[in-house]
Amino acid sequence: MNPFRRSPFVIVAAVLVYFFLYAPIVGLVLYSFNASRANVTFEGFIPAFSDRVVMDGSLVKSSPCGPFHWYCDLAKNGDVAEAAGNTLTIAFTATIIATVIGTMSAIALQRYDFKIKPFSQLSLYIPIVIPEIVMGIGVLTLFSQLFGWVNEVFNLSGDARLSLGMATVTVSHIAFMVPFVTLVVQARLQGFDKSYEEAAMDLGANEWTTFRRVTFPMILPGVMSGALLAFTLSLDDFVITFFTNGPGSTTLPIYVYGLLRRIITPQVNALSTVWILVVFTAVLALQIIQNRESKQHS
Amino acid sequence: MLKRIRESKAAQGTLLALPTTFWLFFLLIIPLFLTLVISFGKRSPDGDVIYGFSLDNYTRLFGYSTDCPDGQASCFNPLYVQILWRSLTLAFNTTALVIGMAYPLAYFIARAHPKKRNLFLFLVLIPLWTNFVIRVYAWMMLLRKEGAINIIIGALANMLHIPFTPFEMLYTPGAVLVGMVYEFLPFMILPIYTSLEKIDISLYEAAADLGANAVKTFLRVTLPLSMPGVVAGTILVFIPVMGTFIVSDILGGRQVILVGNLIQRQFLDARDPTFGSAASLILMIMTLVVTYFYTRKFGFGEEIVPA
Amino acid sequence: MASEFAVEMRDVVKRFITPEGNEMAAVDHVTMQIKNGEFFSMLGSSGCGKTTSLRMVAGFEWPTEGEVFIEGKAMGHTPPFQRKVNTVFQSYALFQHLTVYQNLAFGLEMEGAKEEEIKKRVGHALEMVQLTGMDRRRPKQLSGGQQQRVALARALVKTPDVLLLDEPLGALDLKLRKEMQLELKALQQQLGITFIYVTHDQEEALTMSDRIAVMSKGKVQQMGTPVEVYERPANKFVADFIGESNFLEGKIKSLSKDEASVFVPSLNAEVVGMPISEGLVKGEEVVVSIRPEKIRITEKDAKNTNLFHARVTNTVYIGADTHVYVDVNKAKVKVLEQNRISRLDPKSFYVVGQDVWLMLMPENTLVLKKD
Repeated sequence: MNPFRRSPFVIVAAVLVYFFLYAPIVGLVLYSFNASRANVTFEGFIPAFSDRVVMDGSLVKSSPCGPFHWYCDLAKNGDVAEAAGNTLTIAFTATIIATVIGTMSAIALQRYDFKIKPFSQLSLYIPIVIPEIVMGIGVLTLFSQLFGWVNEVFNLSGDARLSLGMATVTVSHIAFMVPFVTLVVQARLQGFDKSYEEAAMDLGANEWTTFRRVTFPMILPGVMSGALLAFTLSLDDFVITFFTNGPGSTTLPIYVYGLLRRIITPQVNALSTVWILVVFTAVLALQIIQNRESKQHS
Repeated sequence: MLKRIRESKAAQGTLLALPTTFWLFFLLIIPLFLTLVISFGKRSPDGDVIYGFSLDNYTRLFGYSTDCPDGQASCFNPLYVQILWRSLTLAFNTTALVIGMAYPLAYFIARAHPKKRNLFLFLVLIPLWTNFVIRVYAWMMLLRKEGAINIIIGALANMLHIPFTPFEMLYTPGAVLVGMVYEFLPFMILPIYTSLEKIDISLYEAAADLGANAVKTFLRVTLPLSMPGVVAGTILVFIPVMGTFIVSDILGGRQVILVGNLIQRQFLDARDPTFGSAASLILMIMTLVVTYFYTRKFGFGEEIVPA
Repeated sequence: MASEFAVEMRDVVKRFITPEGNEMAAVDHVTMQIKNGEFFSMLGSSGCGKTTSLRMVAGFEWPTEGEVFIEGKAMGHTPPFQRKVNTVFQSYALFQHLTVYQNLAFGLEMEGAKEEEIKKRVGHALEMVQLTGMDRRRPKQLSGGQQQRVALARALVKTPDVLLLDEPLGALDLKLRKEMQLELKALQQQLGITFIYVTHDQEEALTMSDRIAVMSKGKVQQMGTPVEVYERPANKFVADFIGESNFLEGKIKSLSKDEASVFVPSLNAEVVGMPISEGLVKGEEVVVSIRPEKIRITEKDAKNTNLFHARVTNTVYIGADTHVYVDVNKAKVKVLEQNRISRLDPKSFYVVGQDVWLMLMPENTLVLKKD
């Protein structure tokens, strides 16, 4: 009996589901080479290179970048560059803070007993069991009420007035990232044998040295996967950002959403394709690292 | 002080957990509380909040209306109840469809040769990490009247000499359902895979040894043992579907309005945060009630944390 | 019953592809005939092919070559659920989502048994393994020993013709294991069904089995009763794997109809009058094997054949026995002396440096082919 034997039904179903998962993505990529400016209909690929863009009605006949016309167009788009910059700034800042405090609380929850522990543990599940939009409008209300009050009390005006922006987005991102980091690190700590720490202390290391030299290096893979999860959640986030961003803090998902409500050119497809490629490379790199790690352990 | 912290384990634990607890308190609990307070308030003419205690927003949500066609003082307006009901049924339908699609694939991956499993999982992760908004956009292009699906069906019909006129699939309830299924499918595949992969092969052998054929083994051993994954996946799918507004916004247009769209509009276009807050609390209560009854029946899956 | 043999493996080969892509025979031309009602053990270290052989009887694996017969019927690619054998798994493989009762009832439900009958048979099986009253518990709530009994009862409740046991006691502690060994043996005699038992523990195999197949590198090295495999090991591997032996390399000096003399260079002497096994030729390089407890040690030169002068190099007191290590010329030999008399004086034991005489009685020695 071969344990890996699967019925033909399962194989056919799996192939169909994979097709369902990938067909839209393939379509998206194909349309990024669309000759039509409107992107409503596919008018074939942009055929030729030339020293300047040649248009025939709404059709691109040739371009300095040839089939990659829309990618060149994208590269020249300052708004995209700014949105990308914002997205990364928010993701990096929020990930660092969320990882540090999330790891701290994971250690606290796994290793210590203290009064507010049940409350802390329970609050971690809030972002999982409550729809994101409820959190989104909650923080929006908090910020608008708080800022309104502060602006009035301190009589702030002009640029000094507190308003939604990079800071509010970052702070809100940290709020929904922290529970995920904590839960992932906590899961890693559950399998951690305490005798390693006891051995370190037995050999003369104090608490801090034990943490620095033994505990931390051992839970580092867990911390890293928590951080990575947080980072991708931040890059991907739409709802929370949608409610907490302000002028000058547009992120890529918000930017794309804005485009979808106006006239769309294949530039959006080019942007999507670049994005998918970045995701593809990142996930691939991660898999390779994980594979190497698990090989080293076995 | 420092000495006390050094000697007291409880003080160390509190200190370590403090930043997270503090953060979550200020950005999750206080906002929820504020939402509750505001939902009892009233909208001022310029869109601000007048604090107070009134249940008007809730009665309005459940159909009480003073804006009646034939001059009555009050009447029943089913608009918002319909929206809530539509969101709930859509969430149920999406979850059921997603389970139906995710299970065979998760099973396929879990029973694949260990060497190939990573590749198959990798293929699930790519769509998962591709941005949410981009994934809706992809379907927008496929479903349009001039979109790829119509082109392909048209070409097929042409080959078979069947008359075919492209039809608009965008801005229909079906489009929203397909979009939701596509968005949340990976969130179901991964937990089901995790729980299937955990099942020791010797359990399948034991079932066969005791006389169970493939179908019976699946129904009596595999399925019950993978329930934790299905439960976790359901939580990860049902709750966000209830609250998502982009999918219906882009694929449903003005035709398919869900509670998420309702809330979003109160905060941005309609400028009535008090009504939006009430709707958002009702949404939260609905998801919590469904999750509570569901998990009470099937247990709370530990596969819920993605790692 | 249809056949004299409960299970027969005829020239069975099982090849696997290793992760490196090489082909490897886990079971290499194995032939075994297991009689009805026999307690049969497959003994060997990990990777010797014993578990793979068992799994081919159960139907989890199919032979690459050869054939497995159960009750005289060729099994071919018959799936496990159509074979009248049941397995007790090494990991127990208990269904965690089911109670003890449901675990036992599972196999009967698959047969389509009526609820009343299931109730009766499960109750009986639980009684047999002394777990009455535990039927509502989940496997996780039981101790290791109790889980083991549930696994046993779950297989036995199906009243199989042959019960297959894959290191069933491996996870238990020593004391419990010894108890369960005797219990299993008693159960097998009481039920009268064939047990095929896989173990790496030679003592376990010797304690319980009617016959043992000693396996190594996918091949059966020897098949026989416990007495046969211990007293007349077929080769050096078996002599070494079961119990302990002193091995002295030498060359056959003379050979008669039933006796052999071997010159052993490390002793710089001849060992004479030893019983021989088949296929030996004069001048052949062989190994003289003698078990430590079968060597007589004396302080005086007692004018006898195969008597060798030796010097004590180390002694270890073990309680029941004393291990005496001696040098005989260049050969190092271990002797086991039973402590038959209670004594305290250290001088009453052999001391390091003491001169002694070793007697290798011909009937206790074996001449074995070199591997």
